Amino acid sequence: MPKARLATVSLAGCFGCHMSLLDLDEALFELAELVEVDRSPLTDIRTMNDCDIGFIEGGCANEDNVHVARLFRKKCRLVCAVGACAVTGGIPALRNNIPLAELLATSYLQDVVDPGIPNDPELPMLLDKVYPIHEVIRVDHTLPGCPPSAQAIALFVKQLLAHEPVSLPYKELHYD
Amino acid sequence: MRFVIDGMTIEAQAGDTILTACRRAGYYIPHLCFHGDLPAQGNCRLCLVESKGRLLPSCLTKVTDGMEVASATEQLHTLRLRLTQMLFVEGNHICPSCEASGNCMLQALGYRLGLLDNHYPQFFPRRPLDASHPQMILDFNRCIQCQLCVRASDQLDQKHAFVVAGRGGEAHITASSSNGQLGSTSFAATDHAAGICPVGVFLGKGVGYVTPIGERRYDRADIAQAGDRNA
Repeated sequence: MPKARLATVSLAGCFGCHMSLLDLDEALFELAELVEVDRSPLTDIRTMNDCDIGFIEGGCANEDNVHVARLFRKKCRLVCAVGACAVTGGIPALRNNIPLAELLATSYLQDVVDPGIPNDPELPMLLDKVYPIHEVIRVDHTLPGCPPSAQAIALFVKQLLAHEPVSLPYKELHYD
Repeated sequence: MRFVIDGMTIEAQAGDTILTACRRAGYYIPHLCFHGDLPAQGNCRLCLVESKGRLLPSCLTKVTDGMEVASATEQLHTLRLRLTQMLFVEGNHICPSCEASGNCMLQALGYRLGLLDNHYPQFFPRRPLDASHPQMILDFNRCIQCQLCVRASDQLDQKHAFVVAGRGGEAHITASSSNGQLGSTSFAATDHAAGICPVGVFLGKGVGYVTPIGERRYDRADIAQAGDRNA
């Protein structure tokens, strides 16, 4: 059986979900038998082929995040929101009930040396809020957890590849 | 008096509701706004059961002899899942940053129902924090408006420290004082109202994260076995 292609990305996340994937330790060899890793921070490949599975860590906080999420939707047969931030917005979404202008003013204008809001064309524009992935693109599967455990990620991948419904044992389903 | 729920026969006493009889018999029906020391109010609707094709809140429906009730059905599972998802998106339930995580009945219900996502768009409402009381912080971001604190303060503490303010979608719970601050009420951290919240609104000052992750109430067991955090 040809290996499935897996792409992963961290948007408005902390890379904790990717760290959790690495926590599989020697079980990574087993995973490597099942999937070929395409674009991912783990391979440092920046271009993207058509993939079977796309894992998105983190929500969408800026316009670049939206572009990447849309690219994943276009290139991946199954898009999965992985981790609390991708599923709900998570910790970055703590800013969501404060108007963006107020946040930027507090961070860059008040009580700072050389006040000024960063405005380099290289910097992606911030969105008004941090959005969970399913509010930006259609998501096929979700895996909550901050982060989901290595065992939960491995089980999730196996269930996806076997076309089984995602179902986690009680100890592996958590929101924190 | 006897009735049948999900094919199981349960003994009930006169005046029992379906929920109270099931709780005494050790048969779990999901609930958030019910507490054994207070009259039921039917706010959360999670305890809905089916009888004769009708959906009834089991906390308010009196048992009649021989009645047949269903709780563990596919339809009720879906309804409870959607209700729980609505409660999650309506507030700011950011579990990774919440002190009550692992000890929260809303979260535990999500686990029991196999909730993997919130389904609906998040509201991200702007909710206040009330740190005016010397022993307790109120973080209304997590409030699900079950009104247990309001009822406990009224009926168990005789203090009337909390009140529902606003109407419709603007309805919210606040401290019952002229400035709306908890520090201006006679509330004490030893009140029944302080320990009755099913989620994480009431946070004691000077303590936090005392139980390690993995050993908290609902890390160890499902809510049906681990029981209510406010029991």
